[in-house]
Amino acid sequence: MTGARFSFSKFVFWLGITFLYLPMIILIIFSFNESRLVTVWGGFSGKWYVELFQDQQIMSAVLRSLELAFYASTAAVILGTMAAVVLVRFTRFRTRTLFSGMITAPLVMPDVIIGLSMLLLFVAMSQYLGWPQTRGMMTIWIAHTTLCMAYATVVITSRLTEMDRSLEEAALDLGASQLKAFMQITLPIIAPAVVSAWLLSFTISLDDVVIASFVTGPGATTLPIEVFSSVRLGVTPKINALATLIILTVSSVAVGSWFLTRRLNTRLSLQLAQK
Amino acid sequence: MKLASIKKRLPSGRHWILSGPYLWLLVFFFLPFVFVAKISVAEAALAIPPYSDMFDWLDGVLNIRLSFANYQWVLDDPLYLYAYWNSIRMAFWSTLLCLMLGFPMAYAIAKAPKSIQPVLLLLVLLPSWTSFLIRVYAWMGILKNNGLINGVLMWLGVIDDPIQMINTNFAVYIGIVYAYLPFMVLPLYANLVKHDQSLLEAASDLGAGKLTQLLRITLPLSINGIVAGSMLVFIPVVGEYVIPELLGGTQTIMIGKVLWQEFFNNRDWPVASALAMIMVIILIVPITLFHRFQNKEIKP
Amino acid sequence: MSKHSRAQDEVLLSIKNISKQFGEMTAVDDVSLEIRKGEIFALLGASGSGKSTLLRILAGFDTPSSGKILIGNDDITLLPPNERPFNMMFQSYALFPHMSVEKNIAFGLKQDKMPKDQIADRVSEMLRLVHMEKFARRKPHLLSGGQRQRVALARSLAKHPKLLLLDEPMGALDKKLRTEMQLEVVDIIERVGVTCVMVTHDQEEAMTMADRIAIMDEGFIQQLGSPVDVYESPINRMVAEFIGSVNIFNSEIIEDEEHYMTLRSADLDGDIYVGRGVSSGIDERQMLFALRPEKTFLSIDKPEQSHNFTAGIVDDIAYLGGHTVYYVKLKTGKIIQCFLANTERRAERPNFDQPVYVFWQDDAGMVMRS
Repeated sequence: MTGARFSFSKFVFWLGITFLYLPMIILIIFSFNESRLVTVWGGFSGKWYVELFQDQQIMSAVLRSLELAFYASTAAVILGTMAAVVLVRFTRFRTRTLFSGMITAPLVMPDVIIGLSMLLLFVAMSQYLGWPQTRGMMTIWIAHTTLCMAYATVVITSRLTEMDRSLEEAALDLGASQLKAFMQITLPIIAPAVVSAWLLSFTISLDDVVIASFVTGPGATTLPIEVFSSVRLGVTPKINALATLIILTVSSVAVGSWFLTRRLNTRLSLQLAQK
Repeated sequence: MKLASIKKRLPSGRHWILSGPYLWLLVFFFLPFVFVAKISVAEAALAIPPYSDMFDWLDGVLNIRLSFANYQWVLDDPLYLYAYWNSIRMAFWSTLLCLMLGFPMAYAIAKAPKSIQPVLLLLVLLPSWTSFLIRVYAWMGILKNNGLINGVLMWLGVIDDPIQMINTNFAVYIGIVYAYLPFMVLPLYANLVKHDQSLLEAASDLGAGKLTQLLRITLPLSINGIVAGSMLVFIPVVGEYVIPELLGGTQTIMIGKVLWQEFFNNRDWPVASALAMIMVIILIVPITLFHRFQNKEIKP
Repeated sequence: MSKHSRAQDEVLLSIKNISKQFGEMTAVDDVSLEIRKGEIFALLGASGSGKSTLLRILAGFDTPSSGKILIGNDDITLLPPNERPFNMMFQSYALFPHMSVEKNIAFGLKQDKMPKDQIADRVSEMLRLVHMEKFARRKPHLLSGGQRQRVALARSLAKHPKLLLLDEPMGALDKKLRTEMQLEVVDIIERVGVTCVMVTHDQEEAMTMADRIAIMDEGFIQQLGSPVDVYESPINRMVAEFIGSVNIFNSEIIEDEEHYMTLRSADLDGDIYVGRGVSSGIDERQMLFALRPEKTFLSIDKPEQSHNFTAGIVDDIAYLGGHTVYYVKLKTGKIIQCFLANTERRAERPNFDQPVYVFWQDDAGMVMRS
């Protein structure tokens, strides 16, 4: 299709992009607005940022959420890699459908259902097993790991299926045990997918408000919970500042890691191109 | 010579790996639903936790207290039934909107030169990596009565009084499409990019115009992507809570919001559980559909 | 064929009644073989013939449904691939992309926990063997196809395996490189002295490289023998047609004696006279007569012999430089091939639609039952 003067799809594409980015840009702009009101531009000011950093409650929630996201993503990726190996390498076992069903269901299951169900589990466990005593970071970690694991598995599975199986077989042929072959050969090759699965899980954990609300306990407020309770009362400029920071941080990390993964991928695909 | 001893040969490592994620999911994803079912047949009580025990001993006799009252309560009440109906309805229309917007977008990316496709994809996906909450919040500032749109329109003199946009179904639709659009685009793109260009060339050679090519060739071949994307939007939106809570009004009754209110505001865990069970039953078919299509991707 | 037809008849590996089923489909059907020490053995067949499955069973990546594999007295049928004293060179080479050439070759040695200095020595020895010393530090994606093959070969020989398995060794190379590498690979294998089982669908490759060939079709071995045996004495139609070109005639036995037999074919003018008999039974009257195109002669004049000749018309000519293929149409409409070497630069040759006579010697053809 050469020289398309007007491409409907291209037009809709840029329309969609504008639709997606405009609200965020507006948010960023108004985070620097001296005035509280969205309708009045009171001049460029960074005072809301100052207020934000002085808000102890929000700041400690930020740290808590970052820590939580770190541990949840790490656990999710470890479990997700194992799940991916099972799904791709072991094609025939009983109850495989149940397993793969449990992997894909969290991807679409509404958060309220996941949250409610896990809370009831924790309550029952506490009743019958005595653990967990109180809900808090631990329970949120478990919930997030469960949710993120589904996403991690999907990402890693797609990379694993693309990988040339004969590389693993060659390693076995040369005397490596199954485990060694996986650690020394397969893992380095699927590394880019593992990294993006980790990042994806990180953002999911950092962003979750519904599930965390259900399974949290005293003293374990995450950032999204803080933001949500604040926001229900209305728009606040402090939240604008926080939102801007989140958008800018995530964007730079996302773009940065995207470039990194691309570089790794192009290098690897050059290496893998046996033709 | 039969090799039944083949089974001994299975390295134990295999079972060990299999069990980790499997056990985890069984305990933390599957088992919870058992408890939801259990609580849904209990009675609300002034206790911690706020429901009655299923089993209890009375004079040395085990009583099992099972009550389907919650289900009756839910199914008898037109409000709850309306909530389900409304949720499905709104999810349906939002999915359609996402599809109408998302398909051309995915198409545009798939047709772009190979080298810039990843950039375009990044552009579409980037918003979805920033906070969902934040992005919905952004619309609050835009749509509210003293928000951006009303402010601009009044400043231009187009209107005198602010238009009620926030706390309406309209706002909820915008919020949903805004939040879920990238989830529609990604599977559509993944499907479209695999299409063989030469099929369209062959059709063209045989006399088919652009529109015919689209309808007769591209569209049928993208069914997988359409279904995957639609399920990825429809199913979670049915149970969506945050968007109707922040952008919707009192007449935006969606089942996710209702469940939350029953649970947190009314402390009625059994009813909330019953609501959840019914939601799961409603969603079983779409979830299975999604699962089937996901599996097609794993084993091509 | 390798110089090594000194076949030391010591048996290295016994494959006994190996069968493999995938559900309803039988991929390998009761195959028994003996691999001799030091030989290069080829499993030749089309895709789906079962040859690759058999190789994988040897390597340990698949387990047979029944049967045994023995080295000496040891039953290794159930041994996992990392415990077998075999190494395989994969069709795609399967070089580890994130490791240099050196590290690739050293990988197998590391698994055996060989001391570092010994590993270094062995790796240099291998690099010298395949002439890749200069590329030790390179990563595979920076190597050409031929270079990758050498590295793959070096890696599979590094552990001095008892048996080397080659999976379509030349499959990934272009035609010119292929012929060159066939001889070089054989050279390397012989220098090392390792026994080798290779799998290929390319009959030229098998004929060039192997001491013995097993032709596989539909899961079992149709014929086993040296390249000469298999080419000049095919036991059935499938084998005859698989290797090289052949003309096959349906014919009927007229006489079948100890030292000669005659057959008659509707396609041929003269009777067929073969210099030996096949001891056919009373009910076996129908035979196939196979004649290789290069064994034929063409002439404009009727030859003097009273049998082993026929008349025809030149239907098509393919000039291939080194030789010319004449497609001759016989009285029944059957078209046969005749190769004539172009021994003179510009000689008088039959032309299109020219009537010719095709004839051959008494021992030029083969009689087959099926």
